[in-house]
Amino acid sequence: MPKLTIDGTEVEVEPGASLLQACEAAGKEIPRFCYHERLSIAGNCRMCLIEVEGGPPKPVASCAMAAADDMVVHTDSPMVKKAREGVMEFLLANHPLDCPICDQGGECDLQDQAMAFGTDGSRFAENKRAVDDKNMGPLIKTEMTRCIHCTRCVRFTTEVAGIYDLGATGRGEDLEITTYLEKAVMSEMSGNVIDLCPVGALTSKPYAFTARPWELSKTETIDVMDAIGSSIRVDARGSEVMRILPRINDDVNEEWISDKTRFIWDGLRRQRLDTPYIREDGKLRKAGWGEALQRVAEKVKAAAPDRIAAVAGDLACAESMAALKDLWDALGSPHIDCRQDGAQLGGGERGDYLFTSTLSAIDTADALLLIGCNPRAEAAVFNARIVERSRLGGFAAASIGAPIDANFPCAQLGAGPATLRELIAGEHSFAKTLADAEQPMIIVGMGALARPDGAAVLSAAKQLAANVGATGVDVLHNAAARVGGLDLGLLPGEGGRDVAAIMQGAQAGEVDLVYLLGADEIDMNGLGDAFIVYQGSHGDAGAHRADVILPGAAYTEKNALWVNTEGRVQLGVRACFPPGEAREDWTILRALSDFVGHTLGYDDLSGLRARMIELAPHFTEIGTAGQAVAGAASEGAAMADTPFDLAIDDFYLTNPIARASAVMAECSALAQVAAQDKEATGTHG
Amino acid sequence: MLQDKDRIFTNLYGFDDWGLEGARRRGDWDGTKALLERGRETIVEEIKQSGLRGRGGAGFPTGLKWSFMPMESDGRPHYLVVNADESEPGTCKDREIMRNDPHKLVEGCLVAGFAMGAHAAYIYVRGEFILERNRLQAAVDQAYEAGLLGPNACSSGWAMDVYVHHGAGAYICGEETALLESLEGKKGQPRLKPPFPANMGLYGCPTTVNNVESIAVAPTILRRGASWFTGFGRQGNAGTKIFCISGHVNNPCNVEEEMSIPLRELIEKHAGGVRGGWDNLLAVIPGGSSVPMIPKSICDDVLMDFDALKDVKSGLGTAAVIVMDKSTDLIKAVARLAAFYKHESCGQCTPCREGTGWMWRVMERFVTGDADVAEIDMLLEVTTQIEGHTICALGDAAAWPIQGLIRHFRGVIEERIAGKRGQIAAE
Repeated sequence: MPKLTIDGTEVEVEPGASLLQACEAAGKEIPRFCYHERLSIAGNCRMCLIEVEGGPPKPVASCAMAAADDMVVHTDSPMVKKAREGVMEFLLANHPLDCPICDQGGECDLQDQAMAFGTDGSRFAENKRAVDDKNMGPLIKTEMTRCIHCTRCVRFTTEVAGIYDLGATGRGEDLEITTYLEKAVMSEMSGNVIDLCPVGALTSKPYAFTARPWELSKTETIDVMDAIGSSIRVDARGSEVMRILPRINDDVNEEWISDKTRFIWDGLRRQRLDTPYIREDGKLRKAGWGEALQRVAEKVKAAAPDRIAAVAGDLACAESMAALKDLWDALGSPHIDCRQDGAQLGGGERGDYLFTSTLSAIDTADALLLIGCNPRAEAAVFNARIVERSRLGGFAAASIGAPIDANFPCAQLGAGPATLRELIAGEHSFAKTLADAEQPMIIVGMGALARPDGAAVLSAAKQLAANVGATGVDVLHNAAARVGGLDLGLLPGEGGRDVAAIMQGAQAGEVDLVYLLGADEIDMNGLGDAFIVYQGSHGDAGAHRADVILPGAAYTEKNALWVNTEGRVQLGVRACFPPGEAREDWTILRALSDFVGHTLGYDDLSGLRARMIELAPHFTEIGTAGQAVAGAASEGAAMADTPFDLAIDDFYLTNPIARASAVMAECSALAQVAAQDKEATGTHG
Repeated sequence: MLQDKDRIFTNLYGFDDWGLEGARRRGDWDGTKALLERGRETIVEEIKQSGLRGRGGAGFPTGLKWSFMPMESDGRPHYLVVNADESEPGTCKDREIMRNDPHKLVEGCLVAGFAMGAHAAYIYVRGEFILERNRLQAAVDQAYEAGLLGPNACSSGWAMDVYVHHGAGAYICGEETALLESLEGKKGQPRLKPPFPANMGLYGCPTTVNNVESIAVAPTILRRGASWFTGFGRQGNAGTKIFCISGHVNNPCNVEEEMSIPLRELIEKHAGGVRGGWDNLLAVIPGGSSVPMIPKSICDDVLMDFDALKDVKSGLGTAAVIVMDKSTDLIKAVARLAAFYKHESCGQCTPCREGTGWMWRVMERFVTGDADVAEIDMLLEVTTQIEGHTICALGDAAAWPIQGLIRHFRGVIEERIAGKRGQIAAE
């Protein structure tokens, strides 16, 4: 552990720490632009210059120099002050003075550091440089005259996002950051460059000119666009979400979020269900809460318990699912399910449906097998983590299933169960790679599990894990609600129907009423003549088919819990109120329980949470991925020979909020064009 | 004055055959096997003893640099990289070596590569040097054919491969780490140091980057002995050196001379003297465009070596002597150099990217006098804000010519500004 002296204070730092980190440990603030903890060292901004005694009589870049024993460092000497002022003057020489119209205003590193470390004026009397703005797609707005060439965006896209769309062309003062071909940055992680940009060169296009950071109320909450549950901060003004930013959470999302998470917010304003509706003469009309609940209650009471069913959707919070489960139990119906895609999970040990080794385990893994899983679309943030790991080397990745567009080296082993069997038998070369690895990781996705033989596939994967000495099988979900639903037991009871059977029953006239709790991903044409109650936030597939609509709250509008794919219980916090007459979801079910005459036993959120803890004790442990045990591989179950499909066709349009978002629609259209371009070879026609 | 018998580059002017036959006649490839049989340590020690300092400009002791290479490989290969990206304005010595005496360099690659445990040498040739790279490649091919290179070079048992690589014409690729980046196929931008190339160089392997002249003189030093080499020049500035004399002289030329020769003697003996006589001399840039100029008063008795020129706040650099007589517009000359550095800055780090353009623009205004006298000090301070604050030495190189101008010819700039003011007042 190197021990060194910084401004007279002795500090001890981790071996390999940079001088900049040592200075921070000593409580000294070092200005910087290009340095970022999670990116490679560029050392190009020269803002972090400090003085080290004994070396050549010039300052050194503290970000790029390793701390060593007995160094004597000064961060407040005249040499350092002059160096910082000099660099700051150079940075500002060609930087436009357009702060009043710049979206970075108020959260601009250049502004802040110019105030702290710069001088009061500029001696630059020449004409300032102007740079053409670049087209980086519908998400990133560019004002390249403001660019200070720190290359954080370039390093992020290559090192974390795993794409090579950004780079620098030109030399000297003609150096420009560009996408080379004036095309959109094709990455599901592209929005992070907006946060990384220390100036206003890259800003959010959808958010442009709409708000100033100091007028927004900031709420720290959880994302539900995938089952990762990224930590986010929702910035709202009044009742409107203005933007969504990542929070640092090393266990889950480090400090990145996907574009869907970041730019979903315009979907929170469109297609909202803001009042109850009742269908009359084939048309939906607005109704009051009492009237709508009364209508639902009548239908529920009219039907035998065996002829009503409930399906929980992919964004549902744990609270609403617990209330739905309790209500259905009270009504005596076993027909309840939370697996819209038909995933063959749940019922057994909790470890059988979790990502047990935790997401951060990828950082130390040295071999990875993906089974029916496309992390880039299903868990973009986790995919970035794989890219980062892959770049470090000593890492082998392979995939079984439909070909995926992986942005890290990933061997395509085969299409389906046949390859998995070969691996188990040790007949495939990758089996040896896995067996030789210190820490192999086997991830099974919904492409392999959301099919009739899903349980057999999972069992086979477990067998493989046991063969190669992996700690277990990691299940990568893609629905934020799923693990919470499985934890709370939203599964068919004795003789109960799962989603497919509910639909069959509705089609055959054996089910009279289906209650959709935000469930929009099933085929609404397959529900026959059943009476459909839709409770949710957006007018999507479910609402269009519904006979009664009960308007609920979106994820930013309620205090609620979600459980991510690791089994990590995470707390969502309300950033603003639901629109119009919409209500928090559990209160709707609580009110309905009154109308049907089975009043649920809780009147407030703490009462409900106490009940949830009864159902699943781990709901006390907010934020931690608890230890979960998995069952052993079962014998006998046979896998079909059909290849594994992709669980998600279109990353940008996976849920009702995303489908309501104009920004997501634009991204989706662009991605499809890009996919077609990729197939074109140039000489293909 | 250096006697003909002591010249290393006996075909500097290309009067003789550049090929293998001619080279052998001149003594190259003579007993190379015996040289190698002395062993790695002995060769490095001999070069250390000779006092040879790097001929690329910085003057770092060559033997010491070679000794930084690990004696035992840790599994990674070692590389020798020869910097033939000679782009410093005024400098054309490596060009002549590659054109007329390429076998000196090729043999040097074998000897130096052996001394540092390298089985491969890469020669990075400036993109504009077409004839030179062809000659060099031809010489390498001849050496392979004669068994002087290859799996058993000169029957010594040492495997040595030499590759000639063509640059694309960027001054910055003459900076050793930018050269390595370029050689690896990346954009030529200098790397952060440390780690230094001896530890993490080409493809992350131990690498030594040397100038063409440094490598080309090594075999001769080994043949004639370190003491022969130290017999020339002052203490710490040993050897012979190729000087490139250009500008306002009667006979611009390259010439190999002793180190520490007086500047006046060099110009008058070899370049036919300053145009219009010594008294017509205004200033000299003694070591390529990057070093500060010195006025005639200093030129009268300064010696041409590293230490003497450092003492007068200039430098030997590449020993490219640019002579400027009294017809020269010094401000315009330096403004032209400033334009060169602005054009060649890689743009990676802030002070150089923003500073070179700033300095050039101010210099352009100085040329016409369209400036304020206070801006002279301002410009001087801007140069100090660049100097020492950048990743590589290009920032320093851009700052020094301007510093030299202001140090010695501030009056000329002030006069120009005053003249412009007067002109405006008269109108």
